[in-house]
Amino acid sequence: MSDLTKLTIAEALGGLEKGDFSSRELTAAHITAMTASKPLNAFITETPEQAVDAATASDARRAKGEAGKLEGIPIAIKDLFCTKGVLTTAASHILDGFTPHYESTVTANLWDAGAVMLGKVNLDEFAMGSSNETSYYGNVVNPWRRDGDDSALVPGGSSGGSASAVASFSAMGATGTDTGGSIRQPAAFTGIVGMKPTYGRCSRWGVVAFASSLDQPGPMARSVRDTAIMLEAMAGFDAKDSTSVNMSVPNFEDAMTGDIKGLKIGIPKEYRIDGLSDEIDALWQQGIDWLKDAGAEIVDISLPHTKYALPAYYIIAPAEASSNLARYDGVRFGLRVEGEDLNDMYASTRAEGFGAEVKRRLLIGTYALSAGYYDAYYLKAQKVRARIAEDFKQAYLNVDAILTPTAPSAAFGFGEKGDDPLEMYLNDVFTVPASLAGLPGISVPAGLSKEGLPLGLQLLGKPFDEETVFRVGGVLEEAAGFTATPTDWWRG
Amino acid sequence: MSLDKATVAKVANLARIKIEEKDLEPMAAELNNILGWVEQLGEVNTDNVEPMTSVAEMSLRWRADEVTDGGYAEDVVANAPSSEDGYFAVPKVIE
Repeated sequence: MSDLTKLTIAEALGGLEKGDFSSRELTAAHITAMTASKPLNAFITETPEQAVDAATASDARRAKGEAGKLEGIPIAIKDLFCTKGVLTTAASHILDGFTPHYESTVTANLWDAGAVMLGKVNLDEFAMGSSNETSYYGNVVNPWRRDGDDSALVPGGSSGGSASAVASFSAMGATGTDTGGSIRQPAAFTGIVGMKPTYGRCSRWGVVAFASSLDQPGPMARSVRDTAIMLEAMAGFDAKDSTSVNMSVPNFEDAMTGDIKGLKIGIPKEYRIDGLSDEIDALWQQGIDWLKDAGAEIVDISLPHTKYALPAYYIIAPAEASSNLARYDGVRFGLRVEGEDLNDMYASTRAEGFGAEVKRRLLIGTYALSAGYYDAYYLKAQKVRARIAEDFKQAYLNVDAILTPTAPSAAFGFGEKGDDPLEMYLNDVFTVPASLAGLPGISVPAGLSKEGLPLGLQLLGKPFDEETVFRVGGVLEEAAGFTATPTDWWRG
Repeated sequence: MSLDKATVAKVANLARIKIEEKDLEPMAAELNNILGWVEQLGEVNTDNVEPMTSVAEMSLRWRADEVTDGGYAEDVVANAPSSEDGYFAVPKVIE
């Protein structure tokens, strides 16, 4: 049998349906790959026994003609989703030993669709990071390396474990969450597809909260079609999430018609930032040409407040985080460090339980919300956010989708951007504006850098128009014909 | 606006994060670096702009005020570092 891990989800579903192989075989192949991928440190918790049981049950369902949308497909779950009976860490020391007694809505939807969980994957602590260097469980390593260079590179973040697991063929797909680019940027760094749906499309219930007005779960996989299939299973109205939107879930796969004739694609001039590398700029131009050749009309647009998105984000997200993370007090779950009194216990627990980046953001957020500074920082940032959203609204009067680079560079080495947090934050310069506006976006691998590393292009859509994003994304993917894969050095 | 050591100590107390005296100064510098960069938001004209509090233009749903679920006290305290008889246990707060 050929290597089952190299199949796409769509191909594997076909093979399962034809009886070429069983979910048990498909899952076993991925368990072997997962075990071999240990040098990447993508997984925090592996659940191979449960995976085999789930695959066996899946084969039985398929035999009875009850196959779901993702029946028998082995996937990885970002360790930010609560999974019943399975350790859930958010990659933080403060959640030591936390084993939820409930299942997040998104993962419950995936299991209902027949998916099989291989394990829980690593991330930046509480999803705060762009390089997966802030996890209590250690750095995740990118399967990709520069040509002729053995040094380890970051997989991006925060969904770095998800990206590394998918890019290393250890999982067919993975869930991610995107607050400011945490699905799209790691997808670009690892040569896979990452899709952030419209805010409200996927339920946040049971997902460890970072910044509630921005957090959105989404799929990561090796083709646009695979993310479309996954999203259809993940999405849907959930009464348990007050911002879940009560809309029917379209058949996203059907939206991939391959035809974008007459569609208007916007190119925002403000994304040509100072210092944008020539190769990213060239790739962007190549993407424009591909879409034009496919019959789309290219329209120059302006999103005038783009440069203010990052500073607004770095007030709003920490402010919301400082409120959300107040629950980690040493009382209800996870770590407790005893102190002289109750207050000292809280402060000691949080000092030991949170890492440096999380503390930094909690202090910024607390300061921005504190008496006397609320108007100057938080309220101001929310007003700027309104102007950024308005920019997009105006642009979408004239265009159907927007094309930009996903990230300003290819994957970088560990510690390269460690000294100044601001330098790290700039990684999200192209992804944060759409997060603030709540828009859907996808990163599609589109080419290789001079050093042989994958680069991604980002497509943004109108609110709840994921269908156009998938439609254009499919055409972009086809034109780019990205088939490069990393050498499997980690197998030793 | 620039944070001094005393302000960082105050904010850390509000956030209930213990910070060693020797770490206050470096932390103040780090936070000032970020806040200095955020100052550029002042360049944006936000007169008569409503703050954006919700992404989708929607109002929160209402539901009848009734019990829909519950009875999981054991599940709720199962992950607590310390619990007794279905209650969270904390250090003594009243003498």
